[in-house]
Amino acid sequence: MEQKQRVEAKAPLTIQGLSAAYQKKPVLRNVSFSVQEGELVGVIGPNGAGKSTMMKAALGLIPRLSGEVLVYGKPYKQQRKLVGYVPQRESVDWDFPTNALDVVTMGRYGHLGWFGRPGAKERAIAMESLAKVGMADFATRQISQLSGGQQQRVFLARALAQDASLYFMDEPFAGVDAATEKAIITLLQELKRQGKTVIVVHHDLATVQEYFDSVLLLNVELQAYGPTDEVFTQELLQQTYGGRLAFLDRSRNHSDIFATKG
Amino acid sequence: MQSLWTLLNDPNMQWIFISCTLLGLSSGIIGCFSYLRKQSLMGDTLAHAALPGICIAFMLTGTKSLLIFLIGAAIAGVIATFGIGFVTRHSRIKHDAAMGIVLSGFFGLGIVLLTVIQHGSYGNQAGLDKFLFGQAAAMIGSDVLTMSIVSVLLIAVCFLLFKQFKLISFDPGFARGIGYPVAFLEQLLMLLMVVSVVVGIQAVGVVLVAALLITPAVSARYWTHRLGAMVILSGLFGAISGAAGTLISSTAANLPTGPLTVLAATALFFLSILFGPQKGLLAKQFIRLRVKRKLEQSQIRGNVKARVAAAETEKGAAL
Ligand SMILES: Nc1ncnc2c1ncn2[C@@H]1O[C@H](COP(=O)(O)OP(=O)(O)O)[C@@H](O)[C@H]1O
Ligand SMILES: [Mg+2]
Repeated sequence: MEQKQRVEAKAPLTIQGLSAAYQKKPVLRNVSFSVQEGELVGVIGPNGAGKSTMMKAALGLIPRLSGEVLVYGKPYKQQRKLVGYVPQRESVDWDFPTNALDVVTMGRYGHLGWFGRPGAKERAIAMESLAKVGMADFATRQISQLSGGQQQRVFLARALAQDASLYFMDEPFAGVDAATEKAIITLLQELKRQGKTVIVVHHDLATVQEYFDSVLLLNVELQAYGPTDEVFTQELLQQTYGGRLAFLDRSRNHSDIFATKG
Repeated sequence: MQSLWTLLNDPNMQWIFISCTLLGLSSGIIGCFSYLRKQSLMGDTLAHAALPGICIAFMLTGTKSLLIFLIGAAIAGVIATFGIGFVTRHSRIKHDAAMGIVLSGFFGLGIVLLTVIQHGSYGNQAGLDKFLFGQAAAMIGSDVLTMSIVSVLLIAVCFLLFKQFKLISFDPGFARGIGYPVAFLEQLLMLLMVVSVVVGIQAVGVVLVAALLITPAVSARYWTHRLGAMVILSGLFGAISGAAGTLISSTAANLPTGPLTVLAATALFFLSILFGPQKGLLAKQFIRLRVKRKLEQSQIRGNVKARVAAAETEKGAAL
């Protein structure tokens, strides 16, 4: 038991009994799990399952009803600099008067102190981050003049500029072009190589097995969590999606998707 | 022209002129943030809500001091804000309608109180009616000084916390994530708005003072895609409007300052919407025309190339 706790203390993220509500009814109930270092974790569940809510509650963006969130063994509040967050793209107004480089520079604000101003060093880091997502040529482009995929990559670059160890990404693949999808997955692999941990809300079941080491199935409550080939099974998906899984019908044509689990 | 010259040589008038310019500058700057946070109408609500606060403050103390008015207006502003929150939370009424209800309710109360004061036995009530549309020239030395100092303070806060205000305007979720006290910063911005509205009331009047928060910011957005530049430009537009309003109202006797200031700001707005290089109507037309011409030229070139190519294949076939 003691042994186990020591291992858990080092885990990048440990969530214990997390519940959250917007109105009276909880939309997230008693979720507990612990993530291993250097893993890419896919969070899967139907629309309105509370995936975004789970991230926001873990990051303290919305008040939580109950629960504890430990980042590398300490409360999240003491570890903010270790955590990067890529919100859903629609969460901001892209008509804001600013350019791509400037948005990425915001990733350094947490390191700047209360009155510090971003200077040459911050801009260099931001530029480097933009280059990593293949957006260096768009640094001075007004953000409303970027395509959806490019905006998504700017958000990713901002998270990179935060230089965190644990990343939360909310549907980074939603509505992006093929080039962006490729850029994001290359980036995820790169982060993994550096020993960083990334938790990704994902909606495309067809790519889950290819992208993620572990899978977390969520529908208000935690349905299952573990290595992808153990958790990403027809029964558990059926249970999570409650029979609303049109995908399963199509899967007969791509029977190899579930070939690993008979 | 002669009268303008004598006016500008009058040290009293110089001070009033400077303080109104500073007021326009600070309002323009703060207005940028409220505009980007889609809270422009909040400024208007706060201004109208300030009137009963000022009246009650006057009735209780019997003095016409800007500082006391500020306290009264701030309290009224807080109550109005809570009122809006209460209405939206406990009914199906949307935010904009709730603001409309609170704004008109407070303003109605303010007008009633104002009338009571004017027909009542309050000693030096003369001038309180000026609070509706503003009369910069009627301000006394201490008010002018308060207004100048407060405006400079507002500008200083915006300068120091520019990074924070920018981030909570663009992405409050991210700001909270990196540990910024977002609720505190939002309240602070609201407070700055209340203060700029209240110090501006005497010069510009409750009815129109909010225009100094809205119009310069909207105008500035037409000229630039960068927040820093937008804030400076908006401040500049506000300053010009404040200066112009004060000057014109002081020369053409008895014209209230508020409407003139707002007219100046509106004139700048029309210039911006026409000539602004970023979203201005003329710029848009110009770009469309250029793109169209380029497209036509490339089509002509394409046609020529195609014809040459066709001729060559014909030649080849003939050989
Ligand atoms: N700001 C909000 N206010 C009230 N209810 C919300 C809010 N955001 C989300 N919800 C509700 O909470 C539930 C979970 O939402 P969300 O976490 O966004 O789901 P997901 O990201 O899994 O699609 C949904 O039923 C949604 O309607
Ligand atoms: Mg979501």
